Amino acid sequence: MTAVAEAPRQKRRRTPISEAGTGEKVVRYVLLVFVLVITVGPFLWELSTSLKGAGEDIYTTNPQLIPHQPTLSNYAHVAQSIPVWRYIGNSLIVAALTVAGNVIFATLAGYAIARLRFGGRRIVLGLFLATLVLPGEVTIISQFVTVRDLGFADSLLGVALPGMVAALNVLLLYNAFRMLPGDIDQAAIVDGANVWQRLTRVSLPAVRGTLAVVAIFAFIQAWDDFLWPLLVITTPGKYTLTVGLQYLSGTFVSDKRMIAAGTMIAFIPIAVIFSVLQRYFFKGVEEGGVKG
Amino acid sequence: MRTHRWFTPWVLLVPALVWLLTFTVWPSLNTLRLSFTDARPLGGDAGWVGLRNYTDLLHDSQVWSALLNSVVYMAICLPLLTVLPLLVAILVERKLKGIAFFRTAFYTPVIASAVVVGLLWTWLLDDRGVINNVATALHVLQHPLPFLTDRWLVVFSAISLTVWKGLGYYMIVYLAALGNVCKELHEAAAMDGAGTLRRFFSVTVPAVRGTMFLVAILVSVAALRVFSEIYILTGGKGGPGGEDSSLVMLIQQYAGGFYGDLGYASALSVLLFVVTLVPMLVLARINNRSER
Repeated sequence: MTAVAEAPRQKRRRTPISEAGTGEKVVRYVLLVFVLVITVGPFLWELSTSLKGAGEDIYTTNPQLIPHQPTLSNYAHVAQSIPVWRYIGNSLIVAALTVAGNVIFATLAGYAIARLRFGGRRIVLGLFLATLVLPGEVTIISQFVTVRDLGFADSLLGVALPGMVAALNVLLLYNAFRMLPGDIDQAAIVDGANVWQRLTRVSLPAVRGTLAVVAIFAFIQAWDDFLWPLLVITTPGKYTLTVGLQYLSGTFVSDKRMIAAGTMIAFIPIAVIFSVLQRYFFKGVEEGGVKG
Repeated sequence: MRTHRWFTPWVLLVPALVWLLTFTVWPSLNTLRLSFTDARPLGGDAGWVGLRNYTDLLHDSQVWSALLNSVVYMAICLPLLTVLPLLVAILVERKLKGIAFFRTAFYTPVIASAVVVGLLWTWLLDDRGVINNVATALHVLQHPLPFLTDRWLVVFSAISLTVWKGLGYYMIVYLAALGNVCKELHEAAAMDGAGTLRRFFSVTVPAVRGTMFLVAILVSVAALRVFSEIYILTGGKGGPGGEDSSLVMLIQQYAGGFYGDLGYASALSVLLFVVTLVPMLVLARINNRSER
């Protein structure tokens, strides 16, 4: 295994283009660190602010990244001011429904379009493709009317419902299933496997990478969404975390430390989940999971 | 050989199709219908008002300033977000030690909610925030700049936020495309003594041209759909006199409460759809022509 992996790398090293000289390497690392400071710096500054005590001047013209009196009291204050645990729970419910809906229903639909022959297949595929041109915000008003008329206004189910099957995910899984060689189905058919067995035992394990991308994106999208829950939810107790956070910043504008703590409460879970799963994500991307 | 019964594909497709019809196809038709009515957020009978919502649009100064904001937003985001992520993608393409860490870190702003990111930047750009403080301490600025309260500075602040958050996303799109760039061509060009800049323009750019057009379309449409960035930076008010509101912010304002007007909000949605078609059609046309 190691030998196989090693071979192409050594071969590439001999070619002039791939051989990064020390000078080029230094330049590259300097640029990488520069971009790193820009992209991650603001998060660190927010984290630092959230940990600074009340006695520490956060408006100083001589900014310090490391807090002098590190404290978690700002986080405690957030929990006292807004029902942050309930908001986290609400966001988790919405995210769980969104992930489950997309993983299950987009898989079924993507598999049917990619691996089964039937009349109307192209029309169905075209229908899913056509909706991609439509920005979600264009239909958000009448989506709200639909959800309201179904009786789900001001409910978490109403927040989750429209996002539970995204056309893009159906197409991503369609693409992944289509890439599998045709023979694997033939062999299973000869063995007498039905469609369900072929899907769950043969095809599904082969598209795990794309499935991971779909699940990660569905979770991130549901957890981060703001406009839709802002429209649907009117009772403060049913707010998702993002809406609750905006509510917090509107109510306690004066204390930047507390707002910083609130943003970290919303950000840290997703950062942890992503850093744990990033391997699958980038692998899935390389498999062609993300094409814009 | 019969591989499945005729109805099997449809059984697999039912959930996804029901969702697509209920939450995308029907709402898009219904948006058009609603735009000719005076529907209210709380329900009740909607009356037919003909073209009144559309004639009101033409005389609404907020709509015109929102359109102006959109054009400026798009004009600045388009070049920046088409080029910068490509440069970052080239930077992280090379397999250096720790490159996986840099890729993940550069992607961090993408996974964070626009609300989190908006609050982060609200703090950075505060009158007494770190950017103003450091800039005045270093005498780059004489006085702190009102990033969050000035008519145009708000728009530019929101644009920098969008560019910062989009960098990692489009970097991934380019990274997938760069995998297809012919290595031999690069090496041959290097052998012939072509410098880095020359190779970028004669080898890399032509190879990822299609992706650049795709990114350009995605960036323009995303710029026209901006909501959370401006909403959070201006505390939901849309800047001085609401002049910084985007089209989607106007849609959201008319969507809720006792005084909401879903008919007018739907007419705004139709306008948004028409506006997003413009860059799509223009860029697709340029792409087709230059391919010939």
